[in-house]
Amino acid sequence: MSVLTRKADRIDRLADQHGLSLWQEALRRLRRSPPAIIGAVIVVLFVVIALVGPLLVPHDPLSQAWRGEISEARGAFPGPRAENWLGVDHLGRDEFSRLIVGARQTLIVGVVSTLLGLAVGVLIGGIAGAAAGLGGRAGRFLDSFIMRIIDMLLAVPSLLLAVSVAAVLGQSLATVMIAIGLVSVPIFARLLRGAMLAQAESEYVTAAVALGVPQWKIAWSHLLPNSVGPVIVQATLTLATAIIEAAALSFLGLGNADAAIPEWGVMLADAQRYLSVRPEWAIYPSVGIIVIALGFTLLGESMREALDPKLRR
Amino acid sequence: MSLLQVEDLSVHFPITRGALLNRTVGHVRAVDGVSFSIPRHGAYGLVGESGCGKSTLGRAIMRLNTPTSGTVTYDGTDLTALHGRRLRGMRRHVQMVFQDPMSSLDPRQNVETILLEGLHTHNIGSGTAARRALVADVLDAVGLPRNSLSRYPHEFSGGQRQRIGIARALIVEPDLIVADEPVSALDVSIQAQILNLLADLQASRGLTYLIIAHDLAVVRHVSRTVGVMYLGSLVEEADSDDLYATPLHPYTRALVSAVPVPDPDVEDRRERIILRGDLPSAAAPPSGCRFHTRCPWVRDTRCKDERPLLRTISTGATNHRVACHWAEEIAAAPAPASV
Ligand SMILES: Nc1ncnc2c1ncn2[C@@H]1O[C@H](COP(=O)(O)OP(=O)(O)O)[C@@H](O)[C@H]1O
Ligand code: SF4
Ligand SMILES: [Mg+2]
Repeated sequence: MSVLTRKADRIDRLADQHGLSLWQEALRRLRRSPPAIIGAVIVVLFVVIALVGPLLVPHDPLSQAWRGEISEARGAFPGPRAENWLGVDHLGRDEFSRLIVGARQTLIVGVVSTLLGLAVGVLIGGIAGAAAGLGGRAGRFLDSFIMRIIDMLLAVPSLLLAVSVAAVLGQSLATVMIAIGLVSVPIFARLLRGAMLAQAESEYVTAAVALGVPQWKIAWSHLLPNSVGPVIVQATLTLATAIIEAAALSFLGLGNADAAIPEWGVMLADAQRYLSVRPEWAIYPSVGIIVIALGFTLLGESMREALDPKLRR
Repeated sequence: MSLLQVEDLSVHFPITRGALLNRTVGHVRAVDGVSFSIPRHGAYGLVGESGCGKSTLGRAIMRLNTPTSGTVTYDGTDLTALHGRRLRGMRRHVQMVFQDPMSSLDPRQNVETILLEGLHTHNIGSGTAARRALVADVLDAVGLPRNSLSRYPHEFSGGQRQRIGIARALIVEPDLIVADEPVSALDVSIQAQILNLLADLQASRGLTYLIIAHDLAVVRHVSRTVGVMYLGSLVEEADSDDLYATPLHPYTRALVSAVPVPDPDVEDRRERIILRGDLPSAAAPPSGCRFHTRCPWVRDTRCKDERPLLRTISTGATNHRVACHWAEEIAAAPAPASV
């Protein structure tokens, strides 16, 4: 880096550092936090694998090419070797290829269900929060009506809720996503509403009222931007649990009806019967689930810290 | 005619008990029957100790709370009767400057967004270029550099933040500005700068001010008329200099006597009235004269059972009003021995 000798240049450099929004500043802090970097690396790696993995794998994950070499009765399954890096599974398919391709469906289920829960939760929580914070007596009534329903949803254990939805909608991938999304709706709704309600008390909202800004506009341009931070952090953390829950639902046989398509939860369920012979079949997808959940959690927790107003300079 | 006329204004906050049924068990009489008026281009200072209802009064005038009774007439329009769109439209004419410039600015908006909000809200200026020019004008007027626009509130010092708050109020071209303790959150060294700015802006833009402060020195600086509040009511009102020179209400005398004098000799000899006890609760104000529990001149007759009205008294200047039964006698008598 060159040394800035002219005073004007140095001042310009200083001026350049100004005008950072709180988001930009949080990003700058994230870049300096090791857990955030580890989390981000894991997440990016996972996403890349999910996107391009199917193009790179050595074998077709559906082909039972090594069927002839396995003997269920003797518990003989080819282990790791040059041709099959992690051996073959109980149907004679390449385990490594299945594991890599399985990441895709796991990611899709996690992301779609989290986005679904986020969208619905933000809509409900946003309406409740804006109504309670700005809408006076009628608004508080609307809010307590909405939140009572949300609390009822929240009271049901999440896996039970997901299983009930799956039971109603039947076995499919969409079912899993809707079920898991629904489970996270009350979390997002409560979180956003609480944050908006707290912001509605603040003086800058009073200032906007005094300026004559309409209520919907205050909710949109002041309450929401100041309240989404914790919701986005929560979405990252929810992604981790959504992936685990998706695996759990697949494990219970409620996932994709086409069991041939690799998915970590399904692989885990299949591995169950062979736990004494081939425990590694359970370990591979489990490690995948744990690592990616850890990645999202690290990222989410670091974001929570970076966005914390108490740590702001 | 006055630009702002406040008449018999009261703001009572209900005190509720019980989680479910919310029974009202009483009222905090934060503002209890206040009347005063401010002429166009006038500057009215409102002082009183913390908790006496100054902010509540200011917010009632701004219609940021709902007055229990009374009227606030701005330029012939009763603001207490306005709602919704009509009220929002009216807000262009009456603006507020807040006590804490940090919390009254949205931390996620840069200065440009903060200033444009008022222009968008009231449809001022046609087109981006015209609005940019208005924003630049107001930045100059409050003494902020042009490069402030892309910066965020946390990047400024307290005094500069208050300039942003003033600019936000100013940009919609209001006639009346209610400033609630505009300098009490600032360093003493900065306070004079902001007060001077307010005084300059009043002169250059023909503004009318209601300046609220707990500190007599602050309102004296910028107000021509000063009203003294005690426990939700006005107890005295006079021209600024007159009030300092000859405070007539016992409470004002105590306030004035508490202001230190720079000259050490005078400082040693001057009358000092120390008030007994604390500010009584606004939920259960004393009967009769609200001040009788702490008044050094309290008498057995009238003080405890008859509420004194704010009246013009004969010994004072023409527009000197006092709410004390015995103001004339007290004006003539020396201060009682301090308690
Ligand atoms: N929203 C409210 N609800 C209930 N009581 C309030 C509310 N706002 C103010 N008060 C009470 O009204 C009184 C006056 O408060 P305030 O107007 O803030 O005084 P000041 O600005 O002079 O310090 C205080 O006793 C305060 O506790
Ligand atoms: S009316 Fe009585 S109690 Fe009230 S200020 Fe006057 S002398 Fe004091
Ligand atoms: Mg106050």
